[in-house]
Amino acid sequence: MFPKKRERVEAEVPQAGMADIAFLLLIFFLVVTTIDVDTGIGMQLPPPPDPDQEPPPIRERNLMNILVNAQGMILINEEPANLQDVQRLVMDFVDNENRAQDPNLAEDPRSAIVSIKTDRQTPYEIYIDMLDEVIGAYRELRNEAAHREFGVSYMEYTNRVPREDNVIRQMYPQNISLAEPDPGS
Amino acid sequence: MSKFQKKQAKTKQQVPTAAMPDIIFMLLIFFMVVTVLREVELQVRVDFTRAENIEKIEQKRLVSYIYIGPEILGGGRYGDTRVQIDDALIDDIHAIRRLMYDKLMEEPRLIVSLRVDEKSEMGIVSDVQQELREAGTYRINYSTLRGSTAPMSE
Repeated sequence: MFPKKRERVEAEVPQAGMADIAFLLLIFFLVVTTIDVDTGIGMQLPPPPDPDQEPPPIRERNLMNILVNAQGMILINEEPANLQDVQRLVMDFVDNENRAQDPNLAEDPRSAIVSIKTDRQTPYEIYIDMLDEVIGAYRELRNEAAHREFGVSYMEYTNRVPREDNVIRQMYPQNISLAEPDPGS
Repeated sequence: MSKFQKKQAKTKQQVPTAAMPDIIFMLLIFFMVVTVLREVELQVRVDFTRAENIEKIEQKRLVSYIYIGPEILGGGRYGDTRVQIDDALIDDIHAIRRLMYDKLMEEPRLIVSLRVDEKSEMGIVSDVQQELREAGTYRINYSTLRGSTAPMSE
């Protein structure tokens, strides 16, 4: 009845432009992406103090008091010090057990506490410099311990073991206390 | 001699381009996955300080930022030191407690990155830290760049 008029034309979407669209999107995401990683000094804050509970007693020899005033002057256990010496002083204090065994310094690294206190007017920059030195001291100590015990650098050691099994971390816990700043002058 | 040359001339010298869109798509998908689009408009000036002993934050998606620095007034002038969270300046410092607590409920492994201007005073930084302790966000990170500090200018 109805004679075939013509062959059916196959519907086709042109695909030549697809690569161009993909390129365009690619370039957009390339431009938008920031590959840079955030870097900084990681810290763990303590929970807020419980008013009903007395703070645990600390033996005086286990506490290293670092005071930094608004001019960047440093007092360590009431004695003035230079920023360059801080790392060495902290290492001597924390690792006293394996070093000088001075009766005035910490009993062992686990009970050693480094307390950093600033004035309210102290610039952030100076505080970070101070914190950097203290963290540097702990890093150095952990590195030494890793070389002594396992013969590898601390960084390599942390890559090998999970965080819970990290004995060096337990050996030298970073007990850094950030005291509330003085109102200052 | 000529016999050899003729034989060689017949080979086609073309790189197949049919798979190119696939490769482009693969790259595209990679960048789409990697990109973090959320970036806030800074209303305070933050000049980072430098430190040597720093670590990287690997999981960027866990990080929430707090900016502390002098407010940008425009025309190269700066106001008082203010705290900025997300897109808003914080007027009442005790509001940080609730804000950060809500964030912690959304992401229990939250890391708070403090991006503080190097000239800011410790007082305000400490106040913010006290608020973070109350909120229960104990993991913090002082954002710094790598490198040794320039000798103090004073």
